[in-house]
Amino acid sequence: MRKKPEYGLLIDYEYCTGCYACQVACAQEYQWPAGMGGMKVIEVIQKLPHDKGYISYLPFPTELCILCTPRTRKGLDPACVKHCMASCMKYGRIEELAKIMADKPRMVLWVPRSGT
Amino acid sequence: MASEQKTQIKQTTTWSAGPGCHGGCGVLAHIKDGKLVKIEGDPDHPWNQGRLCSRCLAMTQYVYHPDRLTRPLKRTGNRGQGKWKEISWDEAFDLIEEKMKNIRKEFGPESVIFSMGTGRDIGPWICMLAYAFGSPNVMFSLSGLACYSPRIAAVETVQGDYCILDAGQWFPNRYDNPRYKVPECLVIWGYNIPASCPDNVFGHWIIDLMKKGTKIITIDPRLTWFSSRAKKWLKLRPGTDGALAMGFLNVIIQEGLYDRDFVEKWTNAHHLIRTDTKKLLREADMGQEGSPENFVVWDQKREEPAVWDTKELEYKSSGVKPALEGSFNIRLDDGREILCKTVWSDFCEEVGRYPVEKVAAITWVPEKDIIEAARLYAQSKPASIHWGVPIDMTPAITPTAQAITNLWCLTGNLDVPGGNVISRFAFDAVAYALPGAKGVIKLHSKEADKKRIGADRYGPLNKFIWRAQTDLTFEQIFTGEPYPIKGMWLQTCNPLAGIGLDPKRWAEALKKLDFVAVVDLFMTPTAQLADVVLPSATFLEKDGVRTWWVPMQSINKAISVEDCKPDIEINFELAKRFDPDFRWNNIHELFDEIIKPSGMTYAELQQKGWAFPPEGHPSFPYNRFEKGLLRPDGKPGFQTPSGKVELYAVLREEWGLEPLPHYEEPPFTPVSQPELFKEFPLILSTGRRSPVFFHAEHRNIPWLREIDPDPIVEIHPETAGPLGVGKGEWVWVENWLGRGKFKAKVTIEVPPWMVMVPHGWWFPEREGAEPSLYGVWESNANLLIPMGHQGKDGLGAPIKHLLCRVYKVSKEEKDHEKET
Ligand code: SF4
Ligand code: SF4
Ligand code: SF4
Repeated sequence: MRKKPEYGLLIDYEYCTGCYACQVACAQEYQWPAGMGGMKVIEVIQKLPHDKGYISYLPFPTELCILCTPRTRKGLDPACVKHCMASCMKYGRIEELAKIMADKPRMVLWVPRSGT
Repeated sequence: MASEQKTQIKQTTTWSAGPGCHGGCGVLAHIKDGKLVKIEGDPDHPWNQGRLCSRCLAMTQYVYHPDRLTRPLKRTGNRGQGKWKEISWDEAFDLIEEKMKNIRKEFGPESVIFSMGTGRDIGPWICMLAYAFGSPNVMFSLSGLACYSPRIAAVETVQGDYCILDAGQWFPNRYDNPRYKVPECLVIWGYNIPASCPDNVFGHWIIDLMKKGTKIITIDPRLTWFSSRAKKWLKLRPGTDGALAMGFLNVIIQEGLYDRDFVEKWTNAHHLIRTDTKKLLREADMGQEGSPENFVVWDQKREEPAVWDTKELEYKSSGVKPALEGSFNIRLDDGREILCKTVWSDFCEEVGRYPVEKVAAITWVPEKDIIEAARLYAQSKPASIHWGVPIDMTPAITPTAQAITNLWCLTGNLDVPGGNVISRFAFDAVAYALPGAKGVIKLHSKEADKKRIGADRYGPLNKFIWRAQTDLTFEQIFTGEPYPIKGMWLQTCNPLAGIGLDPKRWAEALKKLDFVAVVDLFMTPTAQLADVVLPSATFLEKDGVRTWWVPMQSINKAISVEDCKPDIEINFELAKRFDPDFRWNNIHELFDEIIKPSGMTYAELQQKGWAFPPEGHPSFPYNRFEKGLLRPDGKPGFQTPSGKVELYAVLREEWGLEPLPHYEEPPFTPVSQPELFKEFPLILSTGRRSPVFFHAEHRNIPWLREIDPDPIVEIHPETAGPLGVGKGEWVWVENWLGRGKFKAKVTIEVPPWMVMVPHGWWFPEREGAEPSLYGVWESNANLLIPMGHQGKDGLGAPIKHLLCRVYKVSKEEKDHEKET
């Protein structure tokens, strides 16, 4: 039977600044060649009424994200979470993260893979 | 597991080549077999708390880049031919010594210019080398020195010390320190700070503050991450910041939102100005025994003038009740009666010239927004203003910065928790000679400084900024007047691609010189025109010291890379050869002397990593002007000629410049150039930051280039549509000076009337020899910006507000490219 996912990444995208630290942190950790990596940052620019607009960034864990098992096993945060410049990422058990999600809007919970 | 154990971890500080920034992150370098295998943010470091930017996280690709310069190079062909020979360090030093000494002998030491860009930790060592050689001409190579020193000089003119946003950076426990207060409101003025960590601030501190409730006002023509989230976003026309600041002052004074107590107690608002000469009334004007350095107020109690003694910082008579407003007849030494008015009256009159309607017309910001933003700022306690380089990048930088400085002073936000806090070098130990700083590294004599280009002409350069004026120096290379320029030493600096406006003329200038030496980590378009290129080091490969500002930190050598040498070691060796009286035997001795005011040795600092000044030290906040911590004499007040915050700037008066803040329309705008505007109907702004590049650096780092692969022009959909420009299409951005090729990002980030192009683009992957020079002439924003438009005080340049037109790259041009 397929292992059920237990852990995820919680992103408070209200504060994600699009600094790309997470993306490069992952590339460094696993020495991915450019063009590959566990994290891609996405930009969304939304036009608003009255000549305004809103820029959001969202770190997206790709097929290559292994949720940093080698690090989390040692009790370390994933490389992307550790370096996030806006401290807007959190690693943890899905249920715990889901609870935090109930406290504040503009959050997304990624569950990129099964297991730890 | 066995291999894991072999990994050593070294703590150090990031201020240098590498991330390139001016910040001071604490990092942990993971070293295995003498090689860097990984770099992480130091979780214990109070600056970044474990966080780290993309540029720093890419250090393994930077340090071991296959194109990294690892041995000194000597040119063998013509300049620009791309022919080089590797030589040893001894040969390189001998060659440079011989060439430069010859120039010194024949033309004098001032004939060699020491050109720098973002000096970071290296700035002091460039000065050290220049001064050992005997040249006063250290040049920050941007036109009008238009990056930070103008703002610092302008602020110091008004209040004697510089100040910055308070994010609790003075305390090891930061935001949790009980003295600290989170600003209720923060004005982000011309800044997209998360991308750059400029000006010695960690950009994401502001995100920390936002999470703690700080409301944001942004002043920016672009929709930025901050303007998206701001309570108020003022989308101003580039270059009109001065008018907006005057408009804010107008609202604040009209509505009585200023801190009257601060104005009365700490500013020169009471001092009298003569209406005949329009200069401050001095004690000497009233009697020959009077001092020209003392000022005069009108004592309402005795109905007579009273003298403000600037040595004692008190009135000469007791119980003076100085008038804040009004005009008074004063009898002068020669018997004449002269009408004088108070600085406050004059200041309010000047501010009164900027009613909100007028400011709205100048800035294109709606009246309502100006009023609401001014109120929000003035009514929030505490409130802070954090400004960016666009303030410097206009010829009337000083009056603009003065107006903004007056905002934080008049609202009582100076040196209070959560306000604009006075930033001094940690422990008053000076390595980096910023404006106003007096440190260990200086010229041997005042005499030698007489030859410094522009110092005689521009007050701030004479008083605060020990640099050659860039635009005058540049001209002097061509004219040879008043003396010839024969050599240039370039370090932390790539003017052809980055810092040089009118860059083709920079190439000509370099070619005119008899000798050019470049110190860099990679070959660059500029280095291609040198005679010798010396390979320098990243922050990981050297020892260094950082006292700008708090905390004091050491940079600790973690690795070595081939024959690369730290800049300081290069400069130290040559300084010894140039100067028989060179005082230091080794680098640590020099560091010891620099940090001596802290009572620590360099070895002790390296042990600790970082150190915070203790309470009661002048580099520890707050309210230092009340405690007498700012002035050498220990009296409460400021280090200005009057000892006060000068709403009317005494130094500006002495320099023959307008002493009051005001607005001046920049030289190339739709308003100042209506004819040109017909031909070039878009405002061209340049220099938006990329999170993955620092100025002209990092285009060769694969992890970073992947994120920002092309030179982008941001263009609004309504503007792009009629031009037939679609997403991702290549266009020419052109004006009367030149053109550059950029890829269109059709986006609402810019208003329809403006386009934004980034600076610093060259293509390290292309041919280095001329004519290509790594494609530096293709997408170079600076081709569209002239030199020589510095402000009246030699500072500032029109970099953010020019005019241009945009059109598609034609099919023929594209085909041509495919063929070549
Ligand atoms: S959790 Fe680890 S593997 Fe996944 S994106 Fe983050 S750094 Fe990469
Ligand atoms: S590091 Fe954090 S703030 Fe930066 S892009 Fe990634 S998630 Fe966003
Ligand atoms: S750019 Fe910012 S995060 Fe990166 S090293 Fe510099 S201060 Fe630190």
